[in-house]
Amino acid sequence: MTIEKLIFYFFATVLVFAAVRVITARNPVHAALFLVLAFFSAAATWLLLQAEFLAIVLVLVYVGAVMVLFLFVVMMLDINIAKLREGFIRYLSVGILVGLLILVEMVLVVRTMTAPVLTAAPVSAVPNIEAIGQVLYSIYIYPFELAAVILLVAMVAAIALTMRSPRQHKYINPSLQVNVRRADRIRLVNLPAEPKD
Amino acid sequence: MSFNLLPIAPEIFLLTMACIILLVDAYLSDESRDLSYQLVQGTLLGTTSLLWLTFPTQKTFILSSLVVIDPMGALLKLFIVATVFVVFVYSRNYLKARNFFKGEYFVLGLLATLGMMTMVSAHNLLIIYLGLELLSLSLYAMVAMHRDSSQATEAAMKYFILGAIASGMLLYGMSILYGVTGSLDLSVIAQKTAQLDGNKTFFAFGLVFLMVGLAFKFGAVPFHMWVPDVYQGAPTSVTMFISTAPKLAAFAMLMRLLIEGLPAMQAEWQQMLVILSVLSMAVGNIIAIVQSNIKRMLAYSTISHVGFLLLGVLTATQTGYAAAMFYTIVYALMGLGGFGMIVLLSRAGFEAENVVDFKGLNERSPWYAFIMLILMLSMAGVPPMLGFWAKLSVLMEAVHTGYLWLALVGVILSVIGAYYYLRIIWMMYFEKPLDNEPIVTTPDMQVALSANGLIILGLGMFPQALMMACVGSIG
Repeated sequence: MTIEKLIFYFFATVLVFAAVRVITARNPVHAALFLVLAFFSAAATWLLLQAEFLAIVLVLVYVGAVMVLFLFVVMMLDINIAKLREGFIRYLSVGILVGLLILVEMVLVVRTMTAPVLTAAPVSAVPNIEAIGQVLYSIYIYPFELAAVILLVAMVAAIALTMRSPRQHKYINPSLQVNVRRADRIRLVNLPAEPKD
Repeated sequence: MSFNLLPIAPEIFLLTMACIILLVDAYLSDESRDLSYQLVQGTLLGTTSLLWLTFPTQKTFILSSLVVIDPMGALLKLFIVATVFVVFVYSRNYLKARNFFKGEYFVLGLLATLGMMTMVSAHNLLIIYLGLELLSLSLYAMVAMHRDSSQATEAAMKYFILGAIASGMLLYGMSILYGVTGSLDLSVIAQKTAQLDGNKTFFAFGLVFLMVGLAFKFGAVPFHMWVPDVYQGAPTSVTMFISTAPKLAAFAMLMRLLIEGLPAMQAEWQQMLVILSVLSMAVGNIIAIVQSNIKRMLAYSTISHVGFLLLGVLTATQTGYAAAMFYTIVYALMGLGGFGMIVLLSRAGFEAENVVDFKGLNERSPWYAFIMLILMLSMAGVPPMLGFWAKLSVLMEAVHTGYLWLALVGVILSVIGAYYYLRIIWMMYFEKPLDNEPIVTTPDMQVALSANGLIILGLGMFPQALMMACVGSIG
């Protein structure tokens, strides 16, 4: 066994362990941290494939930005874990049954396969980033733009779904407050005097 | 490197206008919100004319063969844009009465249309997926947009979670295909599958996952669970959107993936489609009988129509594909009318959601009762309506290719299904109305809905033109 294989199996084991812990950890903060660990191990296996750009981006974007935001949300929201876990045992048996069934089917298929497993594409002379840069804005400009539109949809949807109409805001207009006059607030009413009896 | 952008000019125009409308809408007051609506409709008309002008005569691959431009795609795109246009005409008053007549709603609709157009002309797994996500994400947001309704929120949640799982399945299938062929290009995949005769296990493995994803997007049984809940929970204007135009896009996706990408796997996907088709026809038609909510009933009716449509595809002949395409377009027309009628009978604070709300429609408005009569007869497949020709062409093709038993099952189930369509007709003409409020509409809606019904009747008399267009674009 070469050293590369050893490293691969090490990170692969850590990855699977972390992934399982993400869904079994009781504390959501722990789950999020395990997800960070899973991302790190995935990045390491990508490095083994010499896909250094992807590995770095995974760490920067997911670990650095997405997960930090995620942790913020998890910490700020008061999530009732006990309620979320309700029915876990109830549905566990069905889940395990379906999972096992799919697993058995997949194993049966994969076992009989004399698959033409492709070897990884030969590493080009140019570094990763350069290779991606060469195709991203030329061959893949169309999907690139589409991905941008998807992000636009996410933005529009997020604003449309969370933005309340102005009348639901509690803010006040200072200039209106300053310009207020006595007549706007007080109404003088002339009440006829009533005889005291 | 040169780009030939002319063939995707409609898409570019649509996207540019969507961005402009988004900006313009931000500066509009609620009273002048109609301007956004008019701009959106203008954009759709502009896109239609661009599609018409750039209508291709043959198949060409552009943008490093990521995109395919062919008559089938162009025809479907035309119908998608036209469908969305009519959906917006129907939705306008509905949205105003419910206080969510917003620019974002229409912009999301436009971007969903862009997603559908992308799916239709995709020739690469990556593009198919991106188009699909663009469509789905916009739809999730549109379902959730009526925030005051807990039903809509629940429907959005269900749609989102199940849709994400289906997308995951589709991606899994795509990644297996990529792993085996080393390419995302559909032509290359087709070539590689053809070479590997005998050893197809891996491809079949990937195909199963692709099929699950496809069946979900279509709402074919047994992946139909989301359809009734989402159709019922979503605001009717959104239900109308989900149930019509995306079916045309899903049909294109099916054609691209199975017929262009995996023609060598025909024997395998035919079997899978047979199961999906029979189950969809059976479950759709039988469960629809017991529904009291008309949106739910139409949801099951959609499922049964999907079964018929798949029946055309599974024959794996050119005429079969043309028949399926014809069916999809006809279904979109009927779906538009059906949900349009529900919108028509609804008003602020009242949703004509139940089948009984159609009682005595003839007394309230003989004309709309007549339109609904046409729609229901067409959905049931009674001649001379358009729906009859759609069912006939699909069933004939099934008989010709030796699927006699499937055609028989189809006929029997559509006879069973005729019951719930006829029940509505009975209620409209022979029962007393439950509420006697006058029907309030706007002239544009009246014209559109009447035209919708009359087109179904008129094309039913002369179905050749549309049928020929479908045959011509497939061949």
